[in-house]
Amino acid sequence: MNMKLWGMPILLGVMSGIGLVSALLEDGLWDWISWLTLGIPSLLMCWYWLRPARR
Amino acid sequence: MTVKTFKAWYLVHKWTSLICTVFLLMLCITGLPLIFHHELEHLLSDQKEPAELPAGTPMASLDRVIQKTLEARPDEKVLYVSWDEEEPELVFTTTAKTMTETEDFGFFIFDARTTDILREGSTRDLDFMQIMFKLHVDMFAGLPGKLFLGFMGLLFVVAIVTGIAVYGPLMRKLDFGTVRKQRSSRIKWLDLHNMLGIITVVWALVVGGTGVINTWADLIIKYWQYDQLAAMTAPYAGQPVPDVLGPLENAMVTARRAAPEMEPAFVAMPGTLFSSPHHYAIFMRGNTPLTARLFKPVLVDAQTAELTDTREMPWYVKTLLLSQPLHFGDYGGMPLKIIWTFFDLVTIVVLGSGLYLWFQRRRSPIEQRIRELEQEGEPEPMLARDGIRGAAE
Repeated sequence: MNMKLWGMPILLGVMSGIGLVSALLEDGLWDWISWLTLGIPSLLMCWYWLRPARR
Repeated sequence: MTVKTFKAWYLVHKWTSLICTVFLLMLCITGLPLIFHHELEHLLSDQKEPAELPAGTPMASLDRVIQKTLEARPDEKVLYVSWDEEEPELVFTTTAKTMTETEDFGFFIFDARTTDILREGSTRDLDFMQIMFKLHVDMFAGLPGKLFLGFMGLLFVVAIVTGIAVYGPLMRKLDFGTVRKQRSSRIKWLDLHNMLGIITVVWALVVGGTGVINTWADLIIKYWQYDQLAAMTAPYAGQPVPDVLGPLENAMVTARRAAPEMEPAFVAMPGTLFSSPHHYAIFMRGNTPLTARLFKPVLVDAQTAELTDTREMPWYVKTLLLSQPLHFGDYGGMPLKIIWTFFDLVTIVVLGSGLYLWFQRRRSPIEQRIRELEQEGEPEPMLARDGIRGAAE
């Protein structure tokens, strides 16, 4: 598999999956894991969209 | 991937998306206020605050709560009594004209300690939240509306899966997250569609998939009644319907004894769809976010307050019950609700940009563009990308 192409999608997909499940398991730490693993992809989307164009 | 397979994936992506997009946009928009329904209902309604009483003030009798409900609505019956995990000082009652009503309900919110009525309403008062809810769930069209939206949800899931399939060939030569802003607006929105779509893909599959399962709720509950409830209450089949019921409070004692680690979530009164004419069906919940959703029914004889039966929910009801939080995003506090809002907004952008890309498609037929692509031989990387995208339009 072409990891340059699929590496990030797989990483972010696994993170989102962990985030979706973890808050369901317990409160406290598990909520934080969820906020973090879903928050990072959210911030990345903002960055990719809003960062200044190269060149 | 050959041009032919790409074309097939792409056509399925295009058509499933085109059919479901309008409905999905409606669902994303009406879903936004529903994420915060708890907060908004407090804000938008004239609900009174519960009395300031010291912690540990005992709860009033539920039978008194039921009696006060019936006094306020003399021509209706009480179907359900329920609690909200986050506001244990409140108790809710649901009323209707008949015990088997499924659409048209009245409701009361009580201070559970003083039995003061804090709010009273009905599903017929079409306030803002009620309209958002009805549009989101069935578009005011009952079960057919639900199943229709479920089908749109299935198309959405297919569109996501085929979207992953076409993502590879389109993005092969680009760094992850590239948004080419200096080229045409079309290319910029194509890149945004791909980037936002692939990052939200797992969330969209989970929220879309669980949404589809939720549209089958009525059918799943019907099957549970036929499969489990009937068996649990079988010894009472054919017996005359009791005229006078014993106190609910006595039945609650039995239920707590039968499920000592759990708290009551709701009570289905005798004669409702979730019970039998002879039973208080008390649905108990656990105390983690997960077990709080997995209700366990305890059936208590409404006259004698003796335990009749209690069973775990079967796998298909558990699937439905777990689909609810994963769809609503209400299981991880305010930060998770904000994340849900953000992903919902991003999904609106993905849907909107998809629609825009279709409107801006090139006019030449797809066969001609593929022929051009094939004649190009081994073109520059940039051309190859444009070519295959050309074929994709």
